[in-house]
Amino acid sequence: MNIRMIFNTLGRISIAEAILLLLPLLVCFIYGEATWFGFAVTAAIALVLGLLLCLCFRTKNSVIYAKEGFAIVGIVWVIMSLIGALPFTINKEIPNYIDALFETVSGFTTTGASILTDVEAMSHGGLFWRSFTHWIGGMGVLVFITAISPGASDRSSHILKAEMPGPIFGKLVPRLRDTAKILYLIYIVLTLLEIVLLKVFGMNWFESFVHSFGTAGTGGFGVKANSIGAYNPACQWIIAVFMLIFGVNFNLYYLVLIRRIKPALKSSELKVYLLIVAASTAIISVNVFSTLAATGGTVEETVRHSFFQVSSIMTTTGYSTTDFNLWPGLSKAIILTLMFIGGCAGSTAGGIKVSRVVILVKMIGKEFRRMLHPRSVASVKFEGKRLDETTTNNVGVYLAVYLACMVTAFLLISFEPFGFESNFTATVACFNNVGPGLAEVGPMGSYADYTGFSKLVLSFSMLLGRLEIFPLLLAISPSTWRR
Amino acid sequence: MKIVVVGCGKIGRTIIKNLVTEGHDVVAIDYDPTVLDEVTNSYDVMGLVGNGADSDALKEAGVAEAELFLAVTNSDELNMLACFIARAMGAKHTIPRVRNPEYNDNSLEFMKQQLGFSASVNPEMITAREIYNIIKFPSAVNIETFARRQLEMVDFRLKDDSVLNGLTLAEMRKKFDAKILVCAVQRGEEFYIPDGNFVLKSGDKVGITASPAELNKLFRMLGVTQKRAHSVIIMGAGRISLYLAKMLVASGYEVKVIDHDRQRCEELNDFVPEAVTILGDGTSQDLLLEEGVDTTDVFVGLTGMDEENILTSCFAASQNVQKVITKVNRPELAAMAGKIGLECIVSPQHFVSEFLSKYARALRNSIGSNVETLYKLMDGKAEALEFSVNDNFKYIEIPLKDMHIKKDILIAGIIRGRKSIIPSGDDVIMAGDRVVVIAAGELLNDLSDIIR
Repeated sequence: MNIRMIFNTLGRISIAEAILLLLPLLVCFIYGEATWFGFAVTAAIALVLGLLLCLCFRTKNSVIYAKEGFAIVGIVWVIMSLIGALPFTINKEIPNYIDALFETVSGFTTTGASILTDVEAMSHGGLFWRSFTHWIGGMGVLVFITAISPGASDRSSHILKAEMPGPIFGKLVPRLRDTAKILYLIYIVLTLLEIVLLKVFGMNWFESFVHSFGTAGTGGFGVKANSIGAYNPACQWIIAVFMLIFGVNFNLYYLVLIRRIKPALKSSELKVYLLIVAASTAIISVNVFSTLAATGGTVEETVRHSFFQVSSIMTTTGYSTTDFNLWPGLSKAIILTLMFIGGCAGSTAGGIKVSRVVILVKMIGKEFRRMLHPRSVASVKFEGKRLDETTTNNVGVYLAVYLACMVTAFLLISFEPFGFESNFTATVACFNNVGPGLAEVGPMGSYADYTGFSKLVLSFSMLLGRLEIFPLLLAISPSTWRR
Repeated sequence: MKIVVVGCGKIGRTIIKNLVTEGHDVVAIDYDPTVLDEVTNSYDVMGLVGNGADSDALKEAGVAEAELFLAVTNSDELNMLACFIARAMGAKHTIPRVRNPEYNDNSLEFMKQQLGFSASVNPEMITAREIYNIIKFPSAVNIETFARRQLEMVDFRLKDDSVLNGLTLAEMRKKFDAKILVCAVQRGEEFYIPDGNFVLKSGDKVGITASPAELNKLFRMLGVTQKRAHSVIIMGAGRISLYLAKMLVASGYEVKVIDHDRQRCEELNDFVPEAVTILGDGTSQDLLLEEGVDTTDVFVGLTGMDEENILTSCFAASQNVQKVITKVNRPELAAMAGKIGLECIVSPQHFVSEFLSKYARALRNSIGSNVETLYKLMDGKAEALEFSVNDNFKYIEIPLKDMHIKKDILIAGIIRGRKSIIPSGDDVIMAGDRVVVIAAGELLNDLSDIIR
């Protein structure tokens, strides 16, 4: 176990966070807000901590193995959240530290679940930081460090593998650093595009920034009590489409960039993803039309609301334009199902991931065939390639662990007095990094009334969901640290 | 520079490791996902599962933009086919590994032309040549030659009773009036490029450059046995032994080859009838003693089994054989073998990757000067490079002491026409010279890189 390297990386991340904290500081100055104090103090703490770690744990031996990769990713995300929560408490905007931690974890894991009952009372700086955590967490902070630090070791791929969502990690170009750079470049360009479009169609600069951050990371923190419902239809359409865009595997954008459009369009994950969105939108539109029509809703409105909600939940963003908690049972059931599926692998979205669902369905088919024809030889193919046993095995085990963790979290918080629907959807929404659930924790509700214990359980669930369980579990398991 | 490597076996991995350290963008192709997984986990390369001669796979690997394409699978034919296709798809330079002796005669030149290879590598041939060089100069651990043997660099280890122990380099130069330069010292794990005040200690591995005549003079004065070796025992009759025996016999050595496989022995006997071929178990001490392991000058362990080579070499060393050379393929074992006292450990992949690194380095840059030769010294901690200087080099005819040469870089020799110069601060580099540079920690592409 290369402990020095782990803490050294931790130090570098801490310094990076200190630098990132300067952005909300800047926003505070622009709006002349007193909350700059919290950010300045936190940035100083992070910087000192980072420098100390880097100095105390200097090492020549930068070789790390899978074990260290998992440990680094697991610890880094916890530490980042612990630091990131400080400004809210120092500024007394969220006086309770556990609440602040929940909010920050929710930000970094791009969940978007909030304990705030009155968002509009927050300072600009606080709101900016809240949304900015989405943007950082979306593509992953370690990916970012890999992209900018020159001395990335040969074995950093262990870190990236642990941080990037999805069953298969593929490099775009030979060098890891270049791969990370390309991913971030695509991420930045798409975000800027959305910022400009939102500004053009009626939001002010501040709003277009925070909402673009929320969309890009598929997070879901807004600045208005009724989320995106407060804005005009054009902005709603733009955000709906961009959420869908950020839920697609970024490797496909790279293929488009190097003009290999055909293979990009052939991706079966993309096809299934779009198919699920289209089908869900259609069913929900029909299902809710009568309800909306009664209050004078037009067809455009119905389709817009349905599409927005489907896109938002499928990509695990969690923005809303309407309270889908009031929708009929069928629509709510579809929404809940979409929470589980999530976006594509290699995107910023959470959930099980479309690719895993596709592989699982194919594995089921293969197993059926094997039962009928015990001697048959069959393999699981995905994206035109045969998957080896390790990958399929991993997908199966992932699902099992995923369900086990989720059930455990659900049981742990089920003492809360909010009833089955709230508790269950709260767990599902947090674990899959969606944000809003149903009933008490619906789009217009909040997590404020949960006890501190439940908030910690849910925070942990969010981290588990974002890091795809294993890094975090392995980081805290004693056998990782044993020599 | 973009490089595609097909085949991730022992040689492939060593090459990939070297190329990545040199800063190239490497795409590795292999049909075995497990092997590829290991490679991509250890080195910063892109892995691609597939057949190296499949144009679809090559297209995905981006062969069209590749500067260099290397095919080092264990099949000659696949390597050549892959290189041919890659060349047709736009790879600038292609090098296959071709090891079958039947392809390595006159037909190689024909194939090179017809299939457009830039070069080809035969690991066994390269290894045999390197071992041959070592045998020719038995008191050194290792010997490298520059500019057609006008300048040589030898490594040797200071024994406990060496007269050099405790001397500074300045004192040494005074004491032995020879034109030599101590250009590298390895002490334990540390590597030094020494200056005049450096004190030599027993156990140091010392690298010296000089002309062959001066080296002989030095060794005579040091009292190091400079007896030319006459008899060589080779364990194992594989392909390396075949080439090696041929070269040794041609230079008049007495060669004995031991192998327990009848067919291999017969093959060797057909190829090198002058060598004595012995059919028998080389791990048997009786047999070794019977064949005179205690009186031979050189013992070479060349079987396909690393362990067997290491153990028999240890036995030979215990019988006071002057020079024991051990072939060890697995790098893990090589490090261990070094710890138990075997001095001269060779591995084919090391030589091959040295050859290919040099090739890649020369491709990358050739503005002011060309990399003519490249050797990795002292377990790869430093490099010795030979550059040929042309008119574009900016520092022509400036005394070395005024050139602001970087730290950890040493000009170890200048070869001008037939003359080799061991340089001092007043010497200059002229167009048409060949310059030998020792560099630690920095990868040089061009002679101008030595200037701060």
